[in-house]
Amino acid sequence: MINILWVLFVLLGILFTKDFSSLNNIILYSGKKTLDLIINLFPVMAIWLGLMNIASKSGLLLKLSKFIEPLLHFIFPEIPKNSEAYGYISANLISNFFGLGSSSTPLGLKAMKELSEINKSDKASRSMRTFLVLNTTGLTIIPTTIISLRLAHNSIDPSCITLACFLATLIGTIGGLIIDRIIP
Amino acid sequence: MIIAILVFVIVFYGYYKKIDVYSTFIDGSKEAFNVILTMFPSLLAMMFAINIILNSNFINYFSNFFKLIFDIPFEVIPMIILRPISSSSSLSILDSIFKSYGPDSKIGLLASVIQGSTDTTFYIISLYFGSIGIKKIGNTLKVCLLADIIGISASIIIVKLLF
Repeated sequence: MINILWVLFVLLGILFTKDFSSLNNIILYSGKKTLDLIINLFPVMAIWLGLMNIASKSGLLLKLSKFIEPLLHFIFPEIPKNSEAYGYISANLISNFFGLGSSSTPLGLKAMKELSEINKSDKASRSMRTFLVLNTTGLTIIPTTIISLRLAHNSIDPSCITLACFLATLIGTIGGLIIDRIIP
Repeated sequence: MIIAILVFVIVFYGYYKKIDVYSTFIDGSKEAFNVILTMFPSLLAMMFAINIILNSNFINYFSNFFKLIFDIPFEVIPMIILRPISSSSSLSILDSIFKSYGPDSKIGLLASVIQGSTDTTFYIISLYFGSIGIKKIGNTLKVCLLADIIGISASIIIVKLLF
């Protein structure tokens, strides 16, 4: 999918180009632009990963996972109540919630493994679909990347979008869960 | 406000649990180097392709077509289309919107919230199902994309109400 899109972007972009001198610049300077973007993202990310390491080592994340488990029994009626999967699912969702994409992915993969052991089929199970809806809607309280980028572009209030992002992901998540239950 | 409270709770709880808060913070922030290094190649690939297509007339035709259906600023349309496909590509569009309009402009705020309103659906689905070798994914993509549409529509409405 991404492969086709990439090829289309490059080929169509060159075929329909407005002028070739700016196109040349774009091709030659995209490396520098990427580096600028990465350097802009780095500082806030480092602070956040440091703080979240404290939360994880002190057991705060684990405590929060226990807190949302009853809610998970309601969202995933197909998973047996004593399953290991709940631990990984809640840890994954909590890390996502605090804007920790890099640490949530390994947890999510582990949760998928647990779900596939319950499933014992080559088709996606109901709980897998529900879990993916929760992951792709990305319920987040701190959109770290966006705040970093706003900060880098000298925003007067870089974190003013926090509440709006939270509400949008909340509505997306609830809507997604409802659709997931309606469609068989 | 939310950020300050979170920082307080995290640091206080770490100290209360008697862990070495200072060096735990340092260990964690080191991880940022790894994240940045693994991010660079895919972000570069996307920056390259996105900038080429954004420089062309093709994206104008395409976005004009969408503009007929939805009443939203022209600049964010490519971002909406790309958001579920690749976060690097929507992030590079966000970067160019900030550059031309500023992060606190109406368009800048809308683009920020759209970027934050959902996650990279295609990537997550292929990664997660790929890891356990499942190819028959049923309605998963359809359900997740519908959820994305809800999230993105919600962000457009929320920005109109809040800012």
